[in-house]
Amino acid sequence: MTQANTPLEYRSQQHQMNIFGFWVFLGAEIVLFSTLFASYFVLEHNTAGGPSGQDIFILKDVLIETFLLLTSSFTAGLAIHSMRNMQKRNLIIWTIVTLLLGAGFLYMEINEFIHYVHEGASIQTSGFTAAFFTLLGTHGAHVTFGIVWISLLLVQIVRRGITEKTASKFFISSLYWHFLDVVWIFIFTFVYLKGMM
Amino acid sequence: MSLDKLLVTGDPLILFSQIAIGLTMVGLVALITYLKRWKWLWNEWFTTVDHKKIGIMYIISGVLMFFRGGVDGLLMKAQTSRPDMEFLDAQHYDEIFTTHGVIMILFMAMPMLIGIMNVVVPLQIGARDVAFPKLNALSFWLFFAGAMLFNLSFVVGGSPDAGWTSYFPLAGKEFTPGVGNNYYAIALQIAGIGTLATGINFVVTITKMRAPGLKWMRLPIFTWTTFITSIIIVAAFPILTVALAYMSLDRLFGTHFFTVAAGGDPMLWLNLFWLWGHPEVYIVVLPAFGMFSEVIATFARKNLFGYKSMVFAVVGIAFLSMLVWVHHFYTMGNSAAVNSIFSLTTMMIAIPTGVKIFNWLFTLRKGRIEFSTSMLWALAFIPCFTIGGVTGVMLAMAAADYQYHNTMFLVAHFHYVLIPGVVFAVFAAVYYWWPKMFGFKLNEKIGKWHFWLFVIGFNFTFMPMFFVGLDGMSRRMYTYSESTGWGAWLGFSALGSLVMAAGFAAFCYNIYWSFRYADRNVGSDPWNARTLEWATASPVQHYNFAKVPEVDSLDDFWYKKKAGKLGLKKSDIKPIHMPSNSWTPIFISVAFGIVGFFLVFEWFTLAIISSVLIIIGLIANTFDYDDGYHIPAEEVEEEEREWRGELE
Ligand code: HEM
Ligand SMILES: [Cu+2]
Repeated sequence: MTQANTPLEYRSQQHQMNIFGFWVFLGAEIVLFSTLFASYFVLEHNTAGGPSGQDIFILKDVLIETFLLLTSSFTAGLAIHSMRNMQKRNLIIWTIVTLLLGAGFLYMEINEFIHYVHEGASIQTSGFTAAFFTLLGTHGAHVTFGIVWISLLLVQIVRRGITEKTASKFFISSLYWHFLDVVWIFIFTFVYLKGMM
Repeated sequence: MSLDKLLVTGDPLILFSQIAIGLTMVGLVALITYLKRWKWLWNEWFTTVDHKKIGIMYIISGVLMFFRGGVDGLLMKAQTSRPDMEFLDAQHYDEIFTTHGVIMILFMAMPMLIGIMNVVVPLQIGARDVAFPKLNALSFWLFFAGAMLFNLSFVVGGSPDAGWTSYFPLAGKEFTPGVGNNYYAIALQIAGIGTLATGINFVVTITKMRAPGLKWMRLPIFTWTTFITSIIIVAAFPILTVALAYMSLDRLFGTHFFTVAAGGDPMLWLNLFWLWGHPEVYIVVLPAFGMFSEVIATFARKNLFGYKSMVFAVVGIAFLSMLVWVHHFYTMGNSAAVNSIFSLTTMMIAIPTGVKIFNWLFTLRKGRIEFSTSMLWALAFIPCFTIGGVTGVMLAMAAADYQYHNTMFLVAHFHYVLIPGVVFAVFAAVYYWWPKMFGFKLNEKIGKWHFWLFVIGFNFTFMPMFFVGLDGMSRRMYTYSESTGWGAWLGFSALGSLVMAAGFAAFCYNIYWSFRYADRNVGSDPWNARTLEWATASPVQHYNFAKVPEVDSLDDFWYKKKAGKLGLKKSDIKPIHMPSNSWTPIFISVAFGIVGFFLVFEWFTLAIISSVLIIIGLIANTFDYDDGYHIPAEEVEEEEREWRGELE
């Protein structure tokens, strides 16, 4: 298996398995988010006299969030590109940029939630808000987890450099990050755009 | 919450258990300390990442939980054994059938099956371990933490009482205050994460770690069923995760997913629960099918009839299992069209299941059948399970279901499926693979006592339930009057359950007896079996295979054995890489258990503080760069020589 032209992260059998295992895990994550989405569609109109999506969503903020997260997915790609070229410094820089964009997204999202609560839409308000906050919250919690996880990996890269092991760990975390981006696109389309129409 | 509310008081049964649990705990700790076994326990078991040991721990937990769930069953049978009985009150009966159902399905059937998968599957595919040994340990300990938390409810805070299905609004705060149902939501969540990890682990193990030449269509059937089961786990458990999260939010944080009050929808719970719950039934029954197939082929001395159709049947069942969930609530206001569709998909499952039954029968035909205890379980399974299947088709007819929905008929039906399909299979498997785990057989004579008592008791217990059910006795009914005329049926049924319990006692005695007296010289292949796990020593060496085997056909081991080609060359032995033990799985799981406990009692500050423990565990885990160690070739050689004699 150890060929010079296979990427570092795929060179050992254990690391190939780790990556494959992570894909299977992402399969489970797809089921998880599908369930959250399906429940949201069931409860979407059950506002029980409370505010609906149309009343509270602010397009501008959501667009900024989308921009931040999509860009972070791009910079995460650049980080992997640097890793493949064994450019440790670039890898670190692009990863830090990714993390900052992710943090910016989170900051915007938390502000958005606080705003909704001020408008009288807390998680306890209605079936709709419960499903909305849980779906968004699960995504947000994933982003938070991702930031902490990737930061820890960054420490390992700084300390150990780009090795087969750090590379495979890092590659996996980038799959995760892209996945969150894809989920966000669905949220953007089927929660926000649909809700504002 | 004040301390006197924390411990459940006032009921002599529970008081008795509290004292018993307390004494057992103190006794265990004292015994281990006296024998100076702590270090050994920690090094050999608590931190182990060896799939065989993890498997054994799962099985032991499963047996303990079978005892707990079985006692629940006996208590229920005692309560309904005579009309107007006053042994348990309504509340207590509710708690008991709830914990019985949860424990039997999630904390008995699942760990038993996963335990046997753990012991057997890596061996059957010629691997040294599962794909992710440390994750495997984490799976076990998460399951264990969840199980312990759930059992704690019995003595601390109060048991859940809304049924194993916990339908809303009944399971909501309004109708079920107290912490019982919080235990349900959180303990199941913790154990469920562990199960999901197991599913992922086995999908990868079986896809990527098969020995050279072991193509898909050469895979032993038990490994096949494990593979398909793992896929169902990955597809179904996240649904449970979400459902339980919603339940926790509703109960702990006052949201309205399932309560109509502010726009929630109780049918959402039903749909999510059964979207997971129905596949779950197949998660527990498919591996059992695999086990029977192995046992039947071995003891009929023939290869399995219709191997390919067996595989396709398993895949077909798995696929259909996802499309039938509505049959659990035909009576709850679906349109006739919806009910008809689900009625059809449900009945379609009978087709691949029928294929399997016929394959087993054809395997037996003209075989030289050896009636070992394992084989007896497999033989008894076929007719009993068929009764379960036929009554299942009766229930699948939506229109007819209005008559027996939620009656004892249903209870009898699913026990006729689950007990032959899971419990018989586990017993067959335990007798069959016991020598692989421990190096000696269980006693066959006591095994036959175990078998006959259990099977006869089982039929006497559940057969009468069909009749009282058709006569209108509803499920979860804790008492009834003389005038119903059910007294004789149910009295008979209660006696049956005692006979079954005697069977279980015989099993426990068998384990005890065999540990003390059984012959230790049974060789590595005591049953003259067909699959690769029997090519290793019994009990299996730490590293499984000194040399990874090469496979040329289905039942490769059988043919090589006949041809005398199983020897090991000295020159084939190389140093073997092994993963190191790890303390993080048990640490993280205990942390989950602690956080879970605080959440159950809604002590949020404590929960947040203690969740730091989980984070510490995870961080320690990601910084762990231990790459394992190598067993030197000389050591392997010596160990192999010990059971093989001289090497070639
Ligand atoms: C060992 C002997 C067993 C006995 C005597 C027994 C007895 C019972 C009884 C009397 C009930 C229901 C009573 C009622 O609804 O009023 C019940 C319910 C149930 N049993 Fe068993 N059972 C046994 C084994 C099992 C096994 C092995 C499983 C599963 C693998 C199982 C799963 C269930 C479930 C899921 C329920 C439904 C609980 C609910 O209504 O929430 N039982 N059992
Ligand atoms: Cu079902």
